[in-house]
Amino acid sequence: MLWNTVFPYLLSGISVGGQYALIAIGYTMVYGILRLINFAHGDVFMVAGILMVYAVASGMPLWITVPLVLIVTSLIGFLIERAAYKPLRSAPRMSVMISAIGVSYTLQNLVLYITGGLNKTYPTIPWISDTVEIMGAKTKLVTVVTPFLTVILVVLLVLLINRTKVGMAMRAVSKDFETSQLMGIRINSVISVTFVIGSFLAAVGSVLYFTNYPTVIQTSGAMPGLKAFVAAVFGGIGSIPGAVIGAFIIGIMENIIKGLDVILFKAGIISKPLGLATFSDAFTFALLIIILLVKPTGLFGEKATDKV
Amino acid sequence: MTKKTTRRPSRAAILSFIIILAIYVLVFVAEQVLPATSMLFTVLKKGATYALVAVSMNLLNGFTGIFSLGQAGFMLIGAYVYAMFTIPVADRASVYQYFNGGIIQFTLPWFLAMILAGLVAALFAWLIGLPVLRLKSDYLAIATLGFAEIIRAVFQWKELGPVTNGSNMLRLFPNFNSFNITDADGHVVVYLSTIVPFLIAGICIGLIVLLLHSGYGRAFRAIHDDEIAAEAMGINLAHHKRMAFCISSFFAGVGGAMLAMYQTTVQAKSFTTAMTYEILLIVVIGGVGSITGSVCGSFLFVACSEWWLRFLDNEQFIGSFQVPLLRNGFRLVVFSIIIMIVVLFFRRGLFGTTELPDLFRHGRKESALK
Amino acid sequence: MKKLIALLMVLTLALPAIALAEDMPVVKIGVYEPASGDSGAGGKQETLGVQYANVETPTVEIGGVTYKVELVYADNGSSTDKAPSAAQELVSANVSVVLGSYGSGVSIAGSEYFKNANIPAIGLTCTNPQVTAGNTHYFRVCFLDPFQGTVLANYAFNTLGARTAYCLAELGNDYDVGLVTYFQQAFEALGGTVISDTFPTNNSDFTSYLTNASMYGAEVFFCPVSIAYSTQILQQASSQGVTFPILGGDTLDSNVVANAAKGTELKVVIDTFYQEGANPDFDEGFKSWLNSDATALANNGGNDMISAVSVMGYDGYYVALEALKAAGTTDSAAVMAALPGVVYTGVSGEIKFDENGDAVRTSAFVKTVDNATGEWLFVTEQQVAQ
Repeated sequence: MLWNTVFPYLLSGISVGGQYALIAIGYTMVYGILRLINFAHGDVFMVAGILMVYAVASGMPLWITVPLVLIVTSLIGFLIERAAYKPLRSAPRMSVMISAIGVSYTLQNLVLYITGGLNKTYPTIPWISDTVEIMGAKTKLVTVVTPFLTVILVVLLVLLINRTKVGMAMRAVSKDFETSQLMGIRINSVISVTFVIGSFLAAVGSVLYFTNYPTVIQTSGAMPGLKAFVAAVFGGIGSIPGAVIGAFIIGIMENIIKGLDVILFKAGIISKPLGLATFSDAFTFALLIIILLVKPTGLFGEKATDKV
Repeated sequence: MTKKTTRRPSRAAILSFIIILAIYVLVFVAEQVLPATSMLFTVLKKGATYALVAVSMNLLNGFTGIFSLGQAGFMLIGAYVYAMFTIPVADRASVYQYFNGGIIQFTLPWFLAMILAGLVAALFAWLIGLPVLRLKSDYLAIATLGFAEIIRAVFQWKELGPVTNGSNMLRLFPNFNSFNITDADGHVVVYLSTIVPFLIAGICIGLIVLLLHSGYGRAFRAIHDDEIAAEAMGINLAHHKRMAFCISSFFAGVGGAMLAMYQTTVQAKSFTTAMTYEILLIVVIGGVGSITGSVCGSFLFVACSEWWLRFLDNEQFIGSFQVPLLRNGFRLVVFSIIIMIVVLFFRRGLFGTTELPDLFRHGRKESALK
Repeated sequence: MKKLIALLMVLTLALPAIALAEDMPVVKIGVYEPASGDSGAGGKQETLGVQYANVETPTVEIGGVTYKVELVYADNGSSTDKAPSAAQELVSANVSVVLGSYGSGVSIAGSEYFKNANIPAIGLTCTNPQVTAGNTHYFRVCFLDPFQGTVLANYAFNTLGARTAYCLAELGNDYDVGLVTYFQQAFEALGGTVISDTFPTNNSDFTSYLTNASMYGAEVFFCPVSIAYSTQILQQASSQGVTFPILGGDTLDSNVVANAAKGTELKVVIDTFYQEGANPDFDEGFKSWLNSDATALANNGGNDMISAVSVMGYDGYYVALEALKAAGTTDSAAVMAALPGVVYTGVSGEIKFDENGDAVRTSAFVKTVDNATGEWLFVTEQQVAQ
């Protein structure tokens, strides 16, 4: 009985969790290497959504638009790093973070200008938009596809990081920025690769996310972005499996909170709805603060020490 | 302003004082002479409000080195406390229409409500600071940002409706126009609606300047420069950080109350992270670590966004030639590009760490505050 | 051919105005509408009505002098924090009267600015009672939420036979929250049960709210939210295969919403101010104007279906002209004094203000979406004594 009540929320949660995971990887990788909260990452995710809207509207067939959007988004990620973060490499960390906030502000305003500030309807992508029924709950196929695709991509990414030369360079840079520079690693290209991978995954995430929730506006990226960041911190920043697990936990918890009134009501704990759904976003941040206080390194993070 | 460096007020300090006084006189005269509907006064009112909030943020981010992104949350508290305690009892039934007029059935004078707004914001800051201030740099930033979001959700919760009016708008409280002196027919005799926010912001910013020149201020700067060294010098880190956080939040709360007066309505929905970012950008444009910069930055930012760059949002014709690109939203694009240029190429902002009196000291630009 | 004639008529009306524009005094009417944000689509459609009326009647005779009417636009961005600047923009442009806004929250947020400048405002489709309550400068040409809530509650209880209703509103949106409250009062008075939820601004995942409704065993899903959210709710409801009808307020009366329900199995029912076909002359003229202007057509969502909000914009413009004529001057205070006495029979029916400044309205149109064509179908005209 209780399972039947909880299951549909779980399903929504797993789906959105997978999409957060794909964004969270970008945060965690960038943070791992640059120690930068890339506030613009959520907006890159949103831009990918807008690109798709316009690409499809221009009449191109879908087998061109999807790869095109993935490539262009990766390119945007690369350009943002080159234009806004690279010149500040030697500046204090706060300056880079402010620059990231500036980029986020710029991307949102650009999209506001282009779209006229109106919601754009995301194109329907065949197959993954089909409705399926799982254990009595109807949903889009993308809900089912997302977790699997996420896991596949993560495995590929982990292989890339552990088995290739670029991956080794990335690990080296995230361990010790300066030493790896001295060892002859071309820092700038490693950082660029990181941004390209992060943006690519965000673009994949955006295809899945907006297929499920098919409206894009300039602020669409802000909340998913913040939540994905929280997921990255939760899982231990710098750790890719951590970010993925964190994202699933946050996605599921968020949807459970939205349905908490019903669940408690059905379980007989409360007699009237309390409007707890109001806290669905706030809960994510409460979780963040708790994890920061209890285990600042997150679930799988490495212990960092202060250097004097 | 500079009594630490010389016993008698220096020439620079006197000059600065005269300039500030002249601005106040000018504002007062302009308000009596120019039509009250002019955009100038909107800019001045909102600019004064933002100046206070930006300075309060600078106190934290620029002077103490605590990178907090919770400003919007504290402004929200200030705005709500002010509004909740000043709505006339007779109007409460219509404002709290879904909550039987709410449970607060008295009003406070506006200045008491404003001070209370600051105090409640400071109290929340103290509570939040207990756990959060233990965190470092960007973790602190994201945690304060998270708290601002949590505060927003709590104020919107319908179970608190009798106090906060749930997520609905608070309105009909005294606003800046209530300061105008009117005759029996309702005609305005003396306009005070712009000079009063100037005075409030001026007094608050003056207090912050005094604080920065006290022993506390020097300790804050020491923490900013090097936390570990400051601790080694015997500065109680936890205590001073908490002080800075609470004081900054107090003034953010007062700023929130001013924003409520400016907007004439308050709604939790509008105190988003975007508002914090906007204030942070003002601080950056003005110069991180300069009070004068934050103040000038605010007026410049508000004037550009509300007034001078407005034309970019409308189609313009030069003769029969339509200027390309101009349409709704272009103003913000231009704005963001300017901000990015400042962030990337003019990292010191307008003023760097220079203050107004420093401008009159030839060759000793950073003497007063360094 | 008919369209062509209508177009020619519009042009012949417009031409003398262009020729005379040079030496004609100007009276400014402020259009205080959202052009961006969640309500941007609706605000644009409402503005279209005003623009069409302005094309049709570009001049007005005030005190024996013919004035050219100039529309001054201000975008309130659908948000209460951008509303003050937009209102101030109109005030500093010295408009004689303001039309708008779509959305009650922004209307209330701008209200104080118009009041201080002694400028009257005519609400077009802001239905929350608080817009006009307790003030003398805000008027309104549409019906109110207590009325609308009762109409919808009666329809849901009696016609749809629902006994449990699930209501969803956006946090902090005065229109949504207000209408849900009045619906709840009326529905519970009839003997039904109401459960209500709210979602945060910018939320895009409505699946859990739809699940909530199913879990509570709701027989009707009432979501009087802005167009942006309602289209998402419809899309997600469709892929979840919900069986309960979705009920909405006047905001849902838009071709954008109808399009979202096209090709689905959803039953969407709304109430509104105007039903296409009630005034064929207006319909035809408006459509031909839309089709002749690419920007206008795009602002109407890409086709020429008439939204009730455009009709309210159209009627509001003429009410403003009547007030200007009655005042005999462009002075805003005089217009404000003249407004309570204005009686005007518009496309949406007779407009006459009561002591609150609200138009007296006794009927609302109930419409539903034809899932095959994506068009609105007339269901019934509901009357409720106010």
